[in-house]
Amino acid sequence: MKRISLFTICFVIFIASWVFLRFVVGGFISVPIPSSVIAMYMALIFVAILVHVSVEDTRFSEFIRPIHETLVDENRKTRRIVLAVLIPILMLGYTYTNIAQKAIPAGDPRVAHPVPPSEFILTYKEKEIGTMQEVENPYRHYEKDSPEEFKSHIENGRRVYYDNCFYCHGDHLDGQGHLAHGFQPLPANFQDPGIIPNFQEAFFFWRISKGGPGLPNNGTPWNSAMPVWEEILTEEEIWDVILFLSHYTGYSYRPSGEAH
Amino acid sequence: MRCCSPQTLKRIYFILAVMLFGIVLFAVIPAFAQDVTEEEYRPFPMIGSRNAAWIAAQLHLLFGSFILGVPMFAVIIEFIGWKTKDERYDRMAHEFIKLCMGAFSTTALLGGVLVFILVWCYPKVLFKLSGIFGPTMIFYVVLFFGETFTLYIYYYGWDKMQGRFKWIHLVLGVLLNLWGTAIMFVSNTWLTYQTSPATQFKKLSDETKEAWIESVLSQNPEMTRAEVLDGITGNSVIPLHNETTGEFLANVWEAVNNFTWMPVNIHRLIGNIAFGGSIVAAYAAFRFLVAKTEEDKSHYDWMGYNGNFIALIGLIPLPFAGYWLGREIYMFNNTMGINMMGNLFSWLFIIQAVMIGVLFIGANYYLWSGMGRIEGAEIYARYRPYMIATIVICVAVWMTPRTLSTISSASELSAMGGGNHPHLGFFGLMTAKNTVVNIVILTTFLSFLFYRRSGKTPTASWKNIGNIAISVIFFLGVVSIVVLGIVGFSKKLPPLYRENVLTPWQVMVALGVMVVVTIIDIFMYRKATTAGTIKWGEMTERSQYVLILLAITFTSLMGLMGYARSGLREGWHIFGVQRDTSVDAFTPTLSNAVNMVAIIMVIFFALVGFIFWLGLWGEKKKQQAVPIEAAAESDD
Repeated sequence: MKRISLFTICFVIFIASWVFLRFVVGGFISVPIPSSVIAMYMALIFVAILVHVSVEDTRFSEFIRPIHETLVDENRKTRRIVLAVLIPILMLGYTYTNIAQKAIPAGDPRVAHPVPPSEFILTYKEKEIGTMQEVENPYRHYEKDSPEEFKSHIENGRRVYYDNCFYCHGDHLDGQGHLAHGFQPLPANFQDPGIIPNFQEAFFFWRISKGGPGLPNNGTPWNSAMPVWEEILTEEEIWDVILFLSHYTGYSYRPSGEAH
Repeated sequence: MRCCSPQTLKRIYFILAVMLFGIVLFAVIPAFAQDVTEEEYRPFPMIGSRNAAWIAAQLHLLFGSFILGVPMFAVIIEFIGWKTKDERYDRMAHEFIKLCMGAFSTTALLGGVLVFILVWCYPKVLFKLSGIFGPTMIFYVVLFFGETFTLYIYYYGWDKMQGRFKWIHLVLGVLLNLWGTAIMFVSNTWLTYQTSPATQFKKLSDETKEAWIESVLSQNPEMTRAEVLDGITGNSVIPLHNETTGEFLANVWEAVNNFTWMPVNIHRLIGNIAFGGSIVAAYAAFRFLVAKTEEDKSHYDWMGYNGNFIALIGLIPLPFAGYWLGREIYMFNNTMGINMMGNLFSWLFIIQAVMIGVLFIGANYYLWSGMGRIEGAEIYARYRPYMIATIVICVAVWMTPRTLSTISSASELSAMGGGNHPHLGFFGLMTAKNTVVNIVILTTFLSFLFYRRSGKTPTASWKNIGNIAISVIFFLGVVSIVVLGIVGFSKKLPPLYRENVLTPWQVMVALGVMVVVTIIDIFMYRKATTAGTIKWGEMTERSQYVLILLAITFTSLMGLMGYARSGLREGWHIFGVQRDTSVDAFTPTLSNAVNMVAIIMVIFFALVGFIFWLGLWGEKKKQQAVPIEAAAESDD
C-alpha cells in the first residue's frame, strides 16, 4: 500500500482543525465562533504545522517533495492543470464572498467597558460625591459593623432591582431579561466573572446614575438603552442596589482608594 | 588619498556623539530657568512635534536598551572565560562590547536629538519636569560621563588588561553596569512621574503629609483636619500636587519613588537583557549567513545560541514583571487600568499576546533546530509534537479577546447572544491568560532541559528515580497552575484575591518547578557520559532567520507597549497635573501607532545594520592589513 505523504497528513490535519472549530466546537459543543477568531486559530495551527515539519532538514525535504514534484515532475501534468484551474476558482469564490454586498446590519463597535474621563468627579444629580478613586459605598461598612443594618440595605437593593432592573438585566442578573433581546448591546450580565470583580462600586454608581445618556465620548457611538436612574432612584437606593448585585452573584467589587 | 582607518573613524564618531550629547545637556539647563508661559509649544516642521519626539524617544530607548543590556551579560561571559580559561568566551564578550561601542555613540546622538526636540517643541513640559527633577538631571549628566569613560577604558583596555590585570577589567565591567543601571533608573523617574505623579501615604515625609493636608483643606474649607484623614491608611494613593493649582507638594525623592517607578525599572532591566540577547543573536545569525569559512560559521552559530539563550533568560520572567507593572497601574488609578485592559488599549494586549507567542514559538523552534546538531538528541524528538501543541493551544487562549463585538458580524453577535462568546469568552479573562502564560514558560523550560541533556547519558545510580521525580514535579506543577487558574473563576473570592494570591502563587509554582528541576538535573548529569559533540556550524539557515525574526518581534513589541504606557496618560503631559493643550493632544489610534512603530523599527534596523557593517568593514580592513604586514616582515 502506498504511504501517505507528510504533506497530505498536514493538509488533512489543517482541514480537520477547521472542521472541528467551525462545526464541532461552534456547533455541537457551543454556539458558533466568529470567523475572525477561527482565522486567528487557523493561523496558529498553520504555524504549528510549519514548525513541526521544518525543524529537521529530512522532514522538511519530505514535506516539500510533493510540492516540488507537482511543480516540475513530467508525470504530474494532470495534477498541475487541475490545481491551475482549482486555485483561481477557490480564490475567486473567496474574494466574491468577502466583497459581495450583503443585506445585514453592521456589527456593533461597542468597546468592552466604558471608561469615565480621567478627571472624573462622581456626582448624584448636581451634588459632588468625590473622585472615582476615593468614593466608597457609604453602606458597605455595615457588613462588619452592623449585619442587621447591612441586611436591610441588601433587601432594599433587592426591591429596587426587581422593581426596576430585572426587565432588562434578568431574574438571575445574567443580562437575559424579558426585554433584553430588543437591545444592542445587550444589558450587562452581572453573573459574568469579568464584570463585578473588575470594577469599583463607584464605577457602578456612575453607570447606574447617569445611564446611557451619560456615557463618555470615548468609545462612541454608544447605543445604550439604560435610563438615567438618578432621576428616578434616590442616592441610597442606587448604593443599595449595588450592594445587592454583589450579594446575589457572590462576586466582590474591586476595592477603591487603596494601593499596595 | 587614503581615508582614515575604520577604528579611527569609529573613535571620532564616538567622541563627537558624546561631546554633542554633553553640550546639549549643559546648553539646555539655562533654558529650564526661563519662563515659557508665552510660548507653550512650537511646531516641528513636516511631521509634527509629537511624531518627532516619538521617533527620537523610541529610537533612543531601543539603542539605550541594547547598550544597557549587552554589558550585563558580556561581563558575565567574560568572567566565565576568565575562570574556565576558554578564549572563545572572551572573544565573544569582546565582540558584544564592540557592538555596544557603535550603539553607544548612536544612543548619545539620539538622546541629544530628543533633548533638542523637547526643548524646542515642548518647553512647558520640560520646565515643569525640570522644576521637580532638576537635581536628578545634573546627577544624570554625571552618571552619563561616568559610564562613557568606563566604557571607553573597558573596551580599549580589553587586550591590554589580559592576564594579571583581568580582574581589574572585570571590576570595570561591573562598574559599567552599575553606571548604566543608575542612568536608566534616573531617567525612568521622569517618564513614570508623567504617568503616575502620586505615591502611598506611608511613603510621604511628615512635611509632605502636612502640605498635602493643607492643600486639601484649602480646596475644601468646610472640611476639618480629621475629616481629611478619615479613611486614609498607609496604602492610600496620595497625589503629589495641589489638585487645583498644580503646585508641587513633595520632595524630589517622593517624586522619584512614584507609583510606577520601580515596576518600570524592573521590567526594563529584565527587558534589556532579553532585547540585548536577541539583537546579538540576530547579529550572529547575520554573520552566520554571510560566513565564508567553517570556523566563522561555527563561531557565529555558537554566538547565536548564546544570544538566544540570554534572550530566553530575560524573556521567561518578563511576563511576571509586566504583570506587576499592570497591577500597579490599576492600584494607582483604576480608571487608567480599565482603559489599559478593557477599553482603548485592550486590543494592543491581544497584539502583544500574538507577538509574545511568536517569541516563545521562535525561541523553542531555535532550540529544537539546535538539537539537530547534537548526536543523540533524537530521543527527545518524539515529545516535540506534544510540546508544539501545548504552546500553540496556550497561545490561542492568550490571544483570544474577551469582547468580540468589533470583530464579529451582526449574525455572529446574534448567535453568541452578545459580544462575549459563552465559552471562549472565559479565555479573555486574566485568570485564564495567566494560567497559559505559566504553562508556556514551563514548556519552554522543558525544551531547554532536553537541549541540555541532548547527547549525554547520566551515570548517577538514582537516574530513574530522578527522572520520575522530575516528571512528577512537572505534572504537579502544571496541575497546580491549572487548578489555581480555575479557582480564579469562582465567585466566592475576597476582593483582589485573584491578583494578590492566586496569580502570585501560579508564578511561584512555575518558578519553583524550574528551580527544583534544574537542581535535580544538574546533580543527575554531573558525571554524565557524552555520546557526541555539538557540531557547531551545522545549523539550518531557517533557524538563523528565526533569530532575526525574534529581534524584530522584540523591537516592535517594545515600541507598541511603549505606546500603551505613554498613551495611558491620554490628554495629559503629567497625568492629572499638566494638561496637553497642543494640537497633538489626541490619543493616536492603534493603526496610527502601529504605522509609527513600523517606521521606527525600519530606522532602527537601518542604523543597527550600519553599525554591524562598520564592524564588518573594520574587520576586513584588518584582515587585508595582516598579509601586507606579514609580507613586510618576511622582506626584513
